[in-house]
Amino acid sequence: MAETIEWRAARLAAARDLTPDIRLIEIETDGAFVPPAPGSHINVAVQIGERADRRSYSVVGPCQDGRYRIAVKRLPESRGGSAYMWSLAPGARLTVSTPGNHFALSPHRPDYLLVAGGIGITPIYSMALALQEAGVPFRVLYGARGRADLALADDLAERIGGRLECFVSDEGRRIGFAAEIERLAPGGELYVCGPIGMLEDAKSAWAASGRPVGGLRFETFGSSGRFATKGFTVRIPRLGREIDVPANASMLDALEAAGVEMISDCRRGECGLCALTILDKDGIVDHRDVFFSDEEKASDAKLCTCVSRVAGGSITVDTADRMAP
Amino acid sequence: MTETKTFPLNAWYAAAWGHEVKRDLTARTVCGKDMVLYRKGDGTAVALEDACWHRLLPLSMGHLRGDEVVCGYHGLVFDAGGRCTYMPAQKTINPSACVRAFPVVERHRMIWVWPGDPALADPAKMPDFHWNDGTEWIGEGGTFYSMKCDYRLVIDNLMDLTHETYVHAGSIGDDAITATPFDVTHTDRSATLTRWMIDIEPPPFWEKQLGRPGSRVDRWQIITFQAPTIISGDVGVAVHGTGAPDGDRRQGVNGHFLAAITPETATTCHYHWNFVRTFHKEDAALTATLTKAHVNDGKGLYDQDFEVLEAQQKAIDRNPRMPFYNLNIDAGALWARRLIDHMIEAESPGSAFRPGVAAE
Repeated sequence: MAETIEWRAARLAAARDLTPDIRLIEIETDGAFVPPAPGSHINVAVQIGERADRRSYSVVGPCQDGRYRIAVKRLPESRGGSAYMWSLAPGARLTVSTPGNHFALSPHRPDYLLVAGGIGITPIYSMALALQEAGVPFRVLYGARGRADLALADDLAERIGGRLECFVSDEGRRIGFAAEIERLAPGGELYVCGPIGMLEDAKSAWAASGRPVGGLRFETFGSSGRFATKGFTVRIPRLGREIDVPANASMLDALEAAGVEMISDCRRGECGLCALTILDKDGIVDHRDVFFSDEEKASDAKLCTCVSRVAGGSITVDTADRMAP
Repeated sequence: MTETKTFPLNAWYAAAWGHEVKRDLTARTVCGKDMVLYRKGDGTAVALEDACWHRLLPLSMGHLRGDEVVCGYHGLVFDAGGRCTYMPAQKTINPSACVRAFPVVERHRMIWVWPGDPALADPAKMPDFHWNDGTEWIGEGGTFYSMKCDYRLVIDNLMDLTHETYVHAGSIGDDAITATPFDVTHTDRSATLTRWMIDIEPPPFWEKQLGRPGSRVDRWQIITFQAPTIISGDVGVAVHGTGAPDGDRRQGVNGHFLAAITPETATTCHYHWNFVRTFHKEDAALTATLTKAHVNDGKGLYDQDFEVLEAQQKAIDRNPRMPFYNLNIDAGALWARRLIDHMIEAESPGSAFRPGVAAE
């Protein structure tokens, strides 16, 4: 869906911690307020050390008072965006975009199953409120590591009551996708926002259910993998280069910063344009994209450099560079 | 962004006659939104954004496969909900890939689409167009597609039938129209103009339909506008003195002219029209004659309007700073425009009327 976003001068109006590592930030923008549809995000200009960059954050709730709310999880190994956002105090100047949406909620479906993992609650929260308002059948399943990590759960329970069910993995509860999909009415849709492992579970259960492929909607955050985020080394024999990827940068960012010419588009593991061929590796490739199929990931032939990493160690890759004849 | 909006997006608009949408792809622009219309195997009509997610080629240049549209450029496939279900040369599908699916309802022989926020698309907000059902009232109708004028000029035209005297002299035009005062009333979603011409000579068209040569008649025009673009005109004549103004139309003939006017762009529109009647209902030849009388290869009644309206738009374009001046006869049109303006205002960012979540 084509959409136009505009950048606006803005101000951090208020902030409060929802959990020990998730902070709700309220942002006021100059100019006419563009209300966020459920599932939409805003982009925020961030400063990572010397470098200007941008991050996308799902908008929390309908924001009827004209303030955008986002929830930012502080990640010790983040690429720097969350540390920057956490460094801001009320009154700080910001530049943010009007809302865009890669995860739109389709109205008028007979039933909905919304599933959130961790900080993935942010778009799911907005969707749940919209569906509650519309008075249609839906359920929300919310998974998190510990009970203290269930940001917005109390707030949501107050608004949607028994439609919310929480799954705390420290207490041994996990979402059983096959059974949950079975309960969904025919023509119903599944919306998932969570870490890559949760998405893969959802995708395989959805495929096994035989439901139409378009009925599973998902959004991921490329920061989640099966392994902890660590620094690693990239070797490119063709260019005679060896480049370190620090824990707080993506492989794509590190290659570009080192002057390797790359093409890319989505930068969130969806389009596959930034993929490079893997020649060798001495660590485990942590595929964090949704572009390659499970079989392709298992073969380790290529990786999406915008999100995927090596879980410690090094990787040898080839690029598209060739000598002019 | 600063351009003044001329139509609301959160409304049902007629996009086509039901019989025109088949198991193939039809391109249609409604309120500046390019759409591709088609019918699924089960008969349900679908309207998708007519631009492939990938490289924006109009999907209407592709083809229908089952209930899905295949792009004619690289073969991406979109289902009836607008979700991509196939991408070439890869094993997965980009989860962001979709085109807008516009809410569609088929009712009263027309396909209606909602170009605004789909969450607000409530079939209960459908305009009343039941005269077009083809059951109680009979008429064939048609459409002037891509007429080169602001749709509001058509509304002006139909909300003030004084023009009949001049544009349609010799058929339905009559000096009595200009000589008779009228009432205009309104609700928050409709405006009604009522004109009764008592004890007059019937104009040629109505004299013929009534079939009572020499009788003087009471003639009525009760025109109702439903915001933003629907007009139904209850028109007819009855033998004078038989009680028509008090509700007894048994000594008369009654028709409705119907209009579902759909903005295509700010300065073009699709004018779906019909003339339906409850007299001589079984007379198929009369139905054909009436249809022909309205279009008649460019020489019919509506073509007279068509010519005036397109010329008027050209004049507006050439005189961009010239305001319209209004006469007493424009009261109906001005109420119609006021109701449209309220709907547009309710959709503007920051408006207190804003109904809910964002459209786009």
